Amino acid sequence: MRVNGAEVEAAVDPRTSLLDLLRETLGLSGTKKGCDQGACGACTVLADGERILSCLALAVQYAGREITTVEGLAGPDGPHPLQRAFIDHDGFQCGYCTPGHLCSAVGMAAEAARGVPSYVTADLTADRVVLDRDEIRERMSGNLCRCGAHNGIVAAIAATYAAGPGERA
Amino acid sequence: MTTSAHGRAPVGPAPENWAGPVPDPLTDPARTRRIGEPMPRLEGLAKVTGRIKFAAEHAYPGMLYAALACSTIPKGRITALDVADAERAPGVVLVMTHRNAPRMNPMPGFGSDPKAGGFDTLPVLQDDRVHWNGQPIAVVLAETQEQADHAATLIRVGYAPEPAVTSWEEAVANGTAPTTIYGGPGRRELGDAEAALRAADVSVDEVYRTPYHNHAAIEPHAATVLWDGDELFVHDTTQMVAHSAWSLAKIFGIPEERVHISAPYLGGGFGGKGLWWYQVLAAAASRLAGRPVRIALTRENVFRTVGSRARTEQRVAIGATADGRFEAIIHTGASATSRSADLSEPFILPAQCTYAARTFKLGVEVAYLDMMANTSMRAPGGAVGSFALECAIDELAVKLGMDPIELRLRNEPRQEPIDGRPLSARNLVRAWRAGAERFGWDRRNPTPGAVRDGEWLIGMGCAAATHPYVRSPGAAARITLHRDGRAEVEVAAHDMGMGTATAQTQVIADRLGLEPHQVTFRFGDSRLPGLVMAGGSQQTAAIGAAVAAAHRELLAQLLKLVGDGSPLGGLEPDQVGSLDGGVAALDDPSRHESYADILDRAGRDRLVAEAVAQPPEELTARSMHSFGAMFCEVRVSSVTGEVRVTRFLGSMDCGRIVNPRTAASQFRGGIIMGIGLALTEELVLDDRTGRVVNASLADYHIPVHLDVPEIDLIWTDIPDPHAPMGARGIGEIGITGTGAAIANAVYNATGRRVRDLPITPDKLL
Ligand code: FES
Ligand code: FES
Repeated sequence: MRVNGAEVEAAVDPRTSLLDLLRETLGLSGTKKGCDQGACGACTVLADGERILSCLALAVQYAGREITTVEGLAGPDGPHPLQRAFIDHDGFQCGYCTPGHLCSAVGMAAEAARGVPSYVTADLTADRVVLDRDEIRERMSGNLCRCGAHNGIVAAIAATYAAGPGERA
Repeated sequence: MTTSAHGRAPVGPAPENWAGPVPDPLTDPARTRRIGEPMPRLEGLAKVTGRIKFAAEHAYPGMLYAALACSTIPKGRITALDVADAERAPGVVLVMTHRNAPRMNPMPGFGSDPKAGGFDTLPVLQDDRVHWNGQPIAVVLAETQEQADHAATLIRVGYAPEPAVTSWEEAVANGTAPTTIYGGPGRRELGDAEAALRAADVSVDEVYRTPYHNHAAIEPHAATVLWDGDELFVHDTTQMVAHSAWSLAKIFGIPEERVHISAPYLGGGFGGKGLWWYQVLAAAASRLAGRPVRIALTRENVFRTVGSRARTEQRVAIGATADGRFEAIIHTGASATSRSADLSEPFILPAQCTYAARTFKLGVEVAYLDMMANTSMRAPGGAVGSFALECAIDELAVKLGMDPIELRLRNEPRQEPIDGRPLSARNLVRAWRAGAERFGWDRRNPTPGAVRDGEWLIGMGCAAATHPYVRSPGAAARITLHRDGRAEVEVAAHDMGMGTATAQTQVIADRLGLEPHQVTFRFGDSRLPGLVMAGGSQQTAAIGAAVAAAHRELLAQLLKLVGDGSPLGGLEPDQVGSLDGGVAALDDPSRHESYADILDRAGRDRLVAEAVAQPPEELTARSMHSFGAMFCEVRVSSVTGEVRVTRFLGSMDCGRIVNPRTAASQFRGGIIMGIGLALTEELVLDDRTGRVVNASLADYHIPVHLDVPEIDLIWTDIPDPHAPMGARGIGEIGITGTGAAIANAVYNATGRRVRDLPITPDKLL
C-alpha cells in the first residue's frame, strides 16, 4: 500500500488493524486510538480520499490502496489550510481527537462536493451541498471531542470550506 | 505609579502573604502586556500535524505489549486460575497473576500523605480476593498487542463468589456513613434549619438524583514503562506526575528519586488521569519480564478499571419569606463509594457559598458498594450539587411567582454565608445582569409550555455556576536566567489541553519583563520542582504563586550581583522589579540594568532561582470562588421528547482572564460536558452484578457536534486581589450550573420537572 505518498511493504498479522499497522508497525502515531471499536472517530484516515475508521479496517484488506494520515495532510508549502484554521479557531484543546477530525473533515468536504446528502440536507437531489454549520455539525458527529472544542472545530471547517465544498480537499 | 519611558511600571516581588492587603503586581493591567492577550497555543502546530507523542506512542527495543484479564464477579475469591493455554499461546512472554506478581505495598491513598496519589488503596494483584466486577486478575505480556489480547482470552478462572452490595438501594438500606470533603468537614450547620424550613412562608423540599459519570477522555489511559536496574521510568498520561512518582516508589519500596514519570501531554483528563492499577501492573510485569512494557487500556478497560464520578441522591429544601429571602437551605444526601476509595461526591460545595440564608443544614454521607473506586471528575460536587440546588431555587421561584434571577439576586451574600469570611472580588450580581441583558432574558415567557414552534416547545432557563478557588501547598518553580536574556521556568505541572503552557508563558513573560519567545516553560515531568496537581482548577494560581516566589528569589540574587557602579546599587529586593528584560527601581524605572548586563559584569552564564510558593493562607482567610451565570434556551419535541440545546450563554466571574482564547475553550469544554450531564450521560452499573453495562463510547453518550450549539461567553475580568495575577480557576466551573440551566429551561418549555439525570426523552413523554 501507499501511505502518505510513500510505498510501504509490511508483513502483518491478519488480525492487525490498519490503525495498528500505522501506529505500531509504521510508527505513524499521529493517527489516534480512542476506542478501537468504531465509536469515536479518532482513528479516521483517508483511503483513496474517502474517510474511514482505521480501527475497523483490517490492514491486509488495504493492500494496494492509497492511505493518507494526518502526517500526510500538509503540502509542500506547509500545513494544510484546515490545519492552520484549527489553530486559528482553537479547534482543539488536548489535541487527541484532532488528527481524526482533520482527516474526517477533508473526506467530508469531498463528500459534500460530490453532492452526497446528509440527515439535515434539505434538497436531496442537489448536485452540491453547501456546508453550512448544521451540515458540518451533522457530518462531523462521528468524531467525538471530549475537551469540548466543537465550536472551534466547526468554525475552522466552515472557514476552510466556505469558499466551496471540497475545493481544497 | 511610576512608569518607564514606555509607560510601564516594573513588576516588583509578589506579596509574601496572598491573604494580605497587597495584591500581586500582575493584577494591575498597567504592568502587564501579555496577560489578557489571546495567544494561540504554543503546541498548536505540533498537535495539528500529529507530532505530539502521547503515553502509548513511545516505543523501545524489546518492548512487550500488555493485555488485562478482569474479574466477572463483584466479590469473592479466585479458586481456580488456569493460565497454561495463555502461557503457551504464540508470542506470550509472561502471564502475571497474584501467584507470581512481585510483592508490593498497597497504593498510598490520596490525602494520606501530601504526595500520595492513589484513588484506590487496595493492594494490586497480591491475593486471591476480588473487590469489584472488572478488577484485573491477570496481565499478559506478549510480543504484539494482538498476541497479548488473544492470550488474555485463554485464561480460565473459577470463583467462590461472596455476597456483594451492588445496588444503590441496598447500599442505602445498609446505612449511610458520615464522611469528609477532602479532609474537611462533610457536614456544615448554622442555626436550626429544619425548624426554619417548617416556619417559612414558602418552601420547596425535593430529592434529586444523578448517575455515575465517566470522564471519557478520548485518549484511553496508557503507560510505557521501563526499568533500568531499580530505576523506574514511565511515560504516563497523568494529572499528577509528582504524586504518582512518589506513590509508585512507595508501592515498589524504592527511593522516591528512582521513579521518573514523564507526561508532558495528555489526551484529556478531567480528573480521571491519576494513579490507577494499570501503571502498577505494567511496572510489576515489566520488572518480572525484564523488558519494557506498553500498557494501553482498551476503552472497556477504562470503564472497568478507572474510577468514575459517583452517583448521588440529594435532598434540597429551601424555606423563604414571602418576599423571597432564604430562611433555610438544607442540602443533604449521599453518594456512592467503595471501601477502598471512601471518597464522597461533595455536592454541598455550591450551597456553602452561593447564597445567604438565616440557617443552613448541609451534609454529605456515603453509601458503600462493592464497586470500582469512584473518583473526582470535572467539578467534583459542584457539577451535580449545583444541579440539585439550582433546580430547587427555580422551583422556589415558581412557587413565589418571582423571576428566578431576581430571587437569586435577593439572596446575594455579603460574606461567606456560614462562617462569615470576607468575600474576595465576588461579582456574580454583575455577571447576572450582564448575562440577562445579552441573552435577552426579558423575552422569556415565565409560563411553562407557552412558547411553541410547530412540534417544538421552547423554553429558557438559568442557573448559577460556582467553583472554589483552590491552591494546594507545595508548588515550586525554578527559574534559570541565561546571559542572553532567555529564561527557562520549570514546574512539575501539567497541560492536558487547558493551555497551561501557553498561559503560563504569558504570565512569566510579564513577571520577568520578557517577551514570550524568550521564555521556555517546562512541565509534565516528576523530576521538575514541586507538587502541583492538575486538579481543582488550581494550576494557574499554583504555578503563578510558585513562579512569583522564585521571581522574588531571583531579584534578590540579581541585586547581590550588581556592584556599586550599577544604577541599581544600594537598592533592596523590595525596591526593585522586572522591566524590559532587566531590573529597575520601583520608584524610578530609569534606574534600570538589563539581565544580560548584570550577568555579564558578574561573569555568570546563568542564574538559577528556585522557591516554593507561599502557603495558601488566602484560602482560609477569604471566601474565594469563581462564579458564573448560565443561560440556556432549549427546544423540546412534543412528539418524541427530544431536547435540543439551541442557545447557551456563560456569563463568568473568575477574576482576571489570562488568555481569552484558551479560557473560552475551557469554559466551553465545561459547558459541553454539562450538556452531556444534563441530557445523555449515565454510566449504568448492573444492580445484580455490579458490572458496568455500557462500557463503550457507543453506549455511554457524550455530546457530539450536532448536540452542541454555538456557546456564547462573556466575563467580568475583575482581578481577585488575593489570587496570583488576580486569576481564579476556570477549568471546571463550566460544567457547574449547566445541568440546572438546561433542566430549568426544559421545565419552562414543557412544565415537566425532571429531578433525575439525565433528562432522556422517556422522562418527558
Ligand atoms: S478508534 Fe476508531 S473509532 Fe474510535
Ligand atoms: S481536543 Fe481533546 S478530545 Fe478533542
